[in-house]
Amino acid sequence: MSNRKSKNNNLMHAECLSQVQRILRARFCHQNPHSNLFGVQVQYKHLIELLKRTAIHGESNSVLIIGPRGSGKTMLINHALKELMEIGEASENILQVHLNGLLQINDKIALKEITRQLNLENAVGDKVFGSFAENLSFLLEALKKGDRTNSCPVIFILDEFDLFAHHKNQTLLYNLFDISQTAQTPVSVIGLTCRLDILELLEKRVKSRFSHRQIHLMNSFGFPQYVKIFKEQLSLPAEFPDKVFAEKWNENVQMLALNRVTASHPFVTPADLMEANQLCSMDSKANIVHGLSVLEICLIIAMKHLNDIYEEEPFNFQMVYNEFQKFIQRKAHSVYNFEKPVVMKAFEHLQQLELIKPIERTSVNSQREYQLMKLLLDNTQIMNALQKYPNCPTDVRQWATSSLSWL
Amino acid sequence: MPHLENMVLCRESQVATLQSLFGERHHFSFPSIFIYGHTASGKTYVTQTLLKTLELPHVFVNCVECFTLRLLLEQILNRLSHLSSSEDGYCTEITCDTFNDFVRLFKQVTKAESLKDQTVYIVLDKAEYLRDMEANLLPGFLRLQELTDRNVTVIFLSEIVWEKFRPNTGCFEPFVLYFPDYSIGNLQKILSHDHPPEYSADFYAAYINILLGVFYTVCRDLKELRHLAVLNFPKYCEPVVKGEASERDTRKLWRNIEPHLKKAMQTVYLREISSSQWEKLQNDDTDPGQLKGLSAYTHVELPYYSKFILIAAYLASYNPARTDKRFFLKHHGKIKKTNFLKKHEKTSNHLLGPKPFPLDRLLAILYSIVDSRVAPTANIFSQITSLVTLQLLALVGHDDQLDGPKYKCTVSLDFIRAIARTVNFDIIKYLYDFL
Repeated sequence: MSNRKSKNNNLMHAECLSQVQRILRARFCHQNPHSNLFGVQVQYKHLIELLKRTAIHGESNSVLIIGPRGSGKTMLINHALKELMEIGEASENILQVHLNGLLQINDKIALKEITRQLNLENAVGDKVFGSFAENLSFLLEALKKGDRTNSCPVIFILDEFDLFAHHKNQTLLYNLFDISQTAQTPVSVIGLTCRLDILELLEKRVKSRFSHRQIHLMNSFGFPQYVKIFKEQLSLPAEFPDKVFAEKWNENVQMLALNRVTASHPFVTPADLMEANQLCSMDSKANIVHGLSVLEICLIIAMKHLNDIYEEEPFNFQMVYNEFQKFIQRKAHSVYNFEKPVVMKAFEHLQQLELIKPIERTSVNSQREYQLMKLLLDNTQIMNALQKYPNCPTDVRQWATSSLSWL
Repeated sequence: MPHLENMVLCRESQVATLQSLFGERHHFSFPSIFIYGHTASGKTYVTQTLLKTLELPHVFVNCVECFTLRLLLEQILNRLSHLSSSEDGYCTEITCDTFNDFVRLFKQVTKAESLKDQTVYIVLDKAEYLRDMEANLLPGFLRLQELTDRNVTVIFLSEIVWEKFRPNTGCFEPFVLYFPDYSIGNLQKILSHDHPPEYSADFYAAYINILLGVFYTVCRDLKELRHLAVLNFPKYCEPVVKGEASERDTRKLWRNIEPHLKKAMQTVYLREISSSQWEKLQNDDTDPGQLKGLSAYTHVELPYYSKFILIAAYLASYNPARTDKRFFLKHHGKIKKTNFLKKHEKTSNHLLGPKPFPLDRLLAILYSIVDSRVAPTANIFSQITSLVTLQLLALVGHDDQLDGPKYKCTVSLDFIRAIARTVNFDIIKYLYDFL
């Protein structure tokens, strides 16, 4: 009887955990907005006011939302649009156009995308226009509705705004801002960017048509606020219990900690978070050095010595081989004296892993042994990696730490 | 999954991490995962095996194969549409030119019933080549889940660390996973796994031990070691086959195989000769000294004066011009080494590489080292040109410079010493670095 009960409990437990996983994963990965906006209420109010003015009162405007990566710009705008759509009178005829700088890499593609999103493909189909402005003004003409004298408000949302500023002549931006200043159609242009110096990228004529309204999202949260956000993000709606942790805050840690939640391990513990933090803060180059062969380690140590002697001047394979030979002849008992082509192959492997890099591009005429390179690891990284290197021969290790005076 | 563990050795924790990241079929997963590690550390193999065994819908693309934007995007879309329309097997080829079209078509293709609720995985192997393609490709793939609003995860496999991928203005950071290199114990376990059935596992394990003893300090790449193991095993078994030693006679077997492995390091490992030539060599039992590797073909037989031209070119490249007087004139004064010279002597010319020299200097040195009188006929000049064609000399500077061509000598010291020996010329005596 108790067995069946516990089995039932396990089953329910597993289901419950599956639900937990589903909800939290959707929240973090798919960026379903959480109901609370943490610390950006002021900016949110500003944005929603602006949108309401366009949608309801027919006023054109433009705004830039600026903030570093991950500060919540997309979340903010999505939230604002969701709320706007819930307002009855506005939702029937607001048109939204979502553009992204990563997808629309030139103005022609952008215009096609606008046409597509406004469902105007039938209208534009067989007409051929000369300029971009003619096309766009035709599009906006086509938006005038029959029953009201006003036309539909259009909201343009440009993600990765700084990439649009790299298009030729900034035509799209010029026309959009122009329309937002002059046209009858209520148009709202909202740009999202991570570059704080975005205004310097804009041309003078584009900048003058921009309203210079900026919303900044600077995450100046203190640690207690982070902990609060952490708690709220990880907490589950209504029926599940909340957990309180006072540990190091790290977004990736949060995601990884979630992975460990299985039927046998139902709650996220501090140990999990520490382990996940370790995983995230690994030095990746040290990991790569860990996997090199002894010969390659010797070459790196030779390069380190060359850098020390000649103060970071670039070296070539011949010099490295020379240093290596000096070591072999005087000190090494555990490293066999390899032939030059074998050492060259190890050197090329290091180049393939991008631990060393040529200073200039290879020309066909120069020999590979004399091409100047530089090392992309610094001394502390090398010494740390050597500490962890498995089964490092003692004389190699001593060679690394010694200065010139081992002669 | 016991079945999985038999297929994938020594990678249990990575498989566990990946499995937990994937979660259940309909769960959302992290939008992008970046897996890095050395070559042959199992990244491609583990990812492919895991996705196939769990039967998750996935597309596997190699960025070396699909080196342009169009090839890459079209392959992903076509493979996805194959996955989703398995009934009739006929589906139109999708063409896609830009990333914008890709996102739009991707949304359409993943609306299919069979792909609807599950996470679709796109695996990009050799992802370091993505950096050289269009600039919006890498950030776009990192954000694909957000851009397409679908349940998709992109997995990047690469040898290069993530720090070298990050674009200038930042991007969506993927989940970075490291596949550690195999330790020597792991390598032994994996290599011993594919022992031929005729011999016992212990015999093969002893062989692998010897092989790793010779090659481990040089190379830890599993693919190379496997290749070498397969190539050299017949030679190892030879004494047993011939009846000269038993399977347990480790000393005799070792003595038989060790010089052979050392020879292999200089030839097959360096790809000087091909594997089929190597196998033929073992079977024919010819003297390995007769082996002609690829680099042996650079030793060509040159005519008498060409050899001297080459020697003169080498001297001109590696001796500074001010020392010519000392070496090549009958009555010369001593060269005073000033303080400046003493300080900068550390880097010998042989470490820095050959320096360019004008044609006149070459001819001057040539006339002084050749015993008999040499007339400056067209013959000499044409020999210089053929040396350039053979890439023993290199022309420096512009091709159109007719009155003052500059050359430099691109042969190594061993090569020139061999040549000098054939004409009884002691080149070391004339080299400044060996004074």
